[in-house]
Order: sequence, then structure tokens, then C-alpha cells
Amino acid sequence: MQGIAEAISLALELVLRADADLLEIVVLSLRVSLTATLTACLIGLPLGALLAVARFPGRQAAIVVVNALMGLPPVVVGLLVYLHLSRAGPLGFLGLLYTPSAMIIAQTILIAPIVTALSRQVLEDLHGEYAEQFRSLCLSRSQMVGALLWDGRFSLMTVALAGFGRAVAEVGAVIVVGGNIDHLTRVMTTAIALETSRGDLALALALGMVLLVIALGVNAAVQGVRINAARHAHV
Amino acid sequence: MSDAAILPFERAEPSASLPRPIFPLAVRGLALSYGATQVLAGVDLDLGARGCTVVMGPNGAGKSLLLKLLHGLIAPSGGVIDWAGQSPSEVTRRQALVFQRPVLLRRSVGANIDFVLKARGLPRATVRERRTALLAHVGLAEKTDLPARRLSGGEAQRLALARALATEPEVLFLDEPTASLDPASALAIEEIVTRARDLGTRVIFVTHDVGQARRLADDVVFLHRGRVAEHRPAEAFFAAPRSEAAAGYLAGRIVV
Ligand SMILES: Nc1ncnc2c1ncn2[C@@H]1O[C@H](COP(=O)(O)OP(=O)(O)O)[C@@H](O)[C@H]1O
Ligand SMILES: [Mg+2]
Repeated sequence: MQGIAEAISLALELVLRADADLLEIVVLSLRVSLTATLTACLIGLPLGALLAVARFPGRQAAIVVVNALMGLPPVVVGLLVYLHLSRAGPLGFLGLLYTPSAMIIAQTILIAPIVTALSRQVLEDLHGEYAEQFRSLCLSRSQMVGALLWDGRFSLMTVALAGFGRAVAEVGAVIVVGGNIDHLTRVMTTAIALETSRGDLALALALGMVLLVIALGVNAAVQGVRINAARHAHV
Repeated sequence: MSDAAILPFERAEPSASLPRPIFPLAVRGLALSYGATQVLAGVDLDLGARGCTVVMGPNGAGKSLLLKLLHGLIAPSGGVIDWAGQSPSEVTRRQALVFQRPVLLRRSVGANIDFVLKARGLPRATVRERRTALLAHVGLAEKTDLPARRLSGGEAQRLALARALATEPEVLFLDEPTASLDPASALAIEEIVTRARDLGTRVIFVTHDVGQARRLADDVVFLHRGRVAEHRPAEAFFAAPRSEAAAGYLAGRIVV
């Protein structure tokens, strides 16, 4: 067991010289979580727009369900994806378990409800303001949705950032379906969880620092988007 | 003003290129209620194809809702709105409504105009040409690239008016467009509306302002207690209103 001080200086060294193992883990983390965020947006934005604009039976129930799914515990998502992808599961033939793809799937399922629910709220508020004017202009449904997405773009960017922040920081889902395999599915959070228990505090601390910087970066980006929105009188 | 050159977004003869007219308008027994509250209780109204009709009446008389009903934004609880037999969607498409508080997109001034022109499927070059002419017409040419939400109240309303004119409406509804504007801004709006009227756009204008009504109206519809209390040529109406409600209103007594 290393001393804490020693571990911290080792961690700093790893970060500063951009250690190859560290870099590999960080890059995989970003690849998995960014891909999951993108996929979740491709699913969640149209769904959010549909819930915001369309009126159909069961809409209220759908909104309640999506809102509830925002609070899905990551380990439970991991477990469900595991059950589907394991060799005995219905999608076992794809051979995806313990691959980055499985991790992307799990994180997508985790954050798609977040993107859907938050974008639904953003777009519904905007639609409430625009709806009568849009009807007066005789816009088609798709023209309306296009205008809402464009005019809501700053708020929707912060929605995507919220999704990414949640994905990159979660450990429960990726550890169940990824397995934290060295050089294959080891991401920042799983490495921190497991290296800490194995006593490699330096690597865990170094990854912790990087993760912290990313979290701060996400918040800074949200702030930046807000400032930009204000500059464009987007309130 | 009517003899000025025709601008690119204006049509000399509104109905010339269109197959079937939407006038005369005949409204019979128009009713609107929200729960137990009856806002409109049997409105009868006939309007011809020309001129500027000013709709007056005390607060809460149902003026705004009447405009929305005529424009097809809301459905009545009873009665008939007959735009010369044309279908409701066709009628809405050939009209424009300027709301009391302008609803502007979170985009530049120019993009607000482009949006409606593109939505109508106009080619890019035409969009540019019309947008430039429209913004110049309402005195917003220098503000083209400014975020629309940065405009002052008067400018925002002029942009809303330009956007309404962009669709070349045969009917232009205006719901107290100058209610929160200073006199100069209000006059600027009146001038644009008058020109549109002179060029053949049918104008239906709601206002509180008796002076403004005198300046604009060819005929006046006075709404009171959910009904048309009076509908007469402007001159006759202002000289001697027949209904007690309108007389009281013009004399500055509050009528509810
Ligand atoms: N959605 C609604 N539900 C219930 N009452 C309404 C609704 N919209 C308007 N009203 C009522 O209808 C009446 C007429 O409204 P409005 O047409 O806006 O009046 P105004 O003549 O001042 O424009 C008002 O008393 C208003 O409170
Ligand atoms: Mg009103």
C-alpha cells in the first residue's frame, strides 16, 4: 500500500507525462460516453419533440414514464443489458458482452430518457409560446418541429451536456456489461473503482483528476452555452 | 400613398391571381363559451371585401377571441363563420394576424421574415428580395442582423407586421397592435396598415384608442356583452352612436 502523498505525486506524474495506459482509458471513456450521448440525442430529441408537439391518447402516461426513467439506477440498466447480451440471452448471438459496444448500449439506455424528458420540457415551453403564431402561419408539423429545434438549440445543447455528464461519470452500467477488462473495456470510472480496491491509488487518483476536469469542463460548457444564448437574446 | 410604386411583396389586385374569393364574410349566431362563462353569445356580422373595419369594445368584451375565431385559430362553441364557402384551412392560409404581443422567433430580424417566406416554399432569391423590401418598408433595414428579441416594443411590432405582410394576406387582422406603444410608433404602424388597406388588403383592426379608430376606420364594430351592439360606417358611428354601450364608451364612461 502506497502512502497517500506518494500516490498523489505519482498520479500527477502520470497525468503530466500523459501515460499511455492512462490515455487509453481516458480515450475509451470519451469514445463510449460521447457515442452514447450522440445516440441518445438521435433517439431522445425526436421523441421529446413528438411528446411536446403531438397530442395523442396516452401522451400524459408516456411523459410520466419518461420522467420516471430519468432516475434509472445505472446498475439496473447494466443488469438488464447484461441479461439481453449474455450468451443465453435473446441477443447473445451478437457477441457484444464485454465490448465497448455493450457499454455504449447501456449508457444510451441510461441517458436517452434524460435527453427525451428534458428536451420535451424545453420544446413544450417554446411551443406554448409559438403555437398560435405557427397555426396562423399554417406551418406543417415538420416545419414546426424544425423551428422549435432550431430556436431551442442553446437549451438543447445543455440537455446534451447533462446527458454526457451523467454518462461519463456513471460506473454501475459499464462495469456490469463491460467488465473493466484491461486494454478493452476499462474506462475511467471502472478503473477508479477497481484500482482503488486493488491498491493502485496512483492510477485511480490520476483518473480521478481527469474525470474531475471533464466534469468541470462540462459545467463550463453549459455556462458558455448560457452566455452565448444571452448574447443572442435567446431568453 | 396608394399611388406609390408597388413594392415586390405587394399585389396591385389581391384576388386577381387567386381562384375563389373569401368574401363576403357572413357570421351568424357565433358563440364561444369556456365552461359556464359565455364570452360570445350570438355574434352576427357581415363584411365586404374592401376597407378597414375597426373592432371596439370594453376590456373582456371578446375582441381578441373574435379575431382568433374569424382567423380560424380556435373553434366556436356554436354558430357559423362563412368566408364565401371556402374551407377553414384555406381561409387561414390567405390571412395573417398580428398579435397584441408580437411572438418573434429567437433569430435575427431578417431570419424572422425569411422563415415565413421559406415556409411558403419561395425560392432563395425571391426570399432575399422580399425580405429586403419588407424590412425597408417598415423601417427596419438597418436592424436586419440584430436578434429580434433585442428590438424595442415599436420595432418588434413593426417586424410582426412585416412578417404578416410577407405572406401577402388578403385579410390582415391586428389585435391592439399599438396598445403599448408611444404615439409616434403607433402612427408608424397606422401608416403601414393604411397603405396595405389602400392597396386592397382587407384590414380588421382591434383598438381601444378612439382617436386611432377615427383615423383608421371605414366601419366600426362595437362589441358588448358578447354581442355586436353596433356595426355602422365610421362617420355615422362617431357622429352619433346608436347603442347606449357605444355612446357611453365614446364618452369615456366605463361600460361592462
Ligand atoms: N381560455 C380561456 N378560458 C376562459 N376564459 C377565457 C379564456 N380566454 C379568454 N377568456 C375570457 O374571455 C373574455 C374575452 O377575452 P378577450 O377576447 O381576450 O377580450 P378582449 O375584448 O379584451 O380582447 C375575457 O373575460 C377573458 O377572461
Ligand atoms: Mg384583447
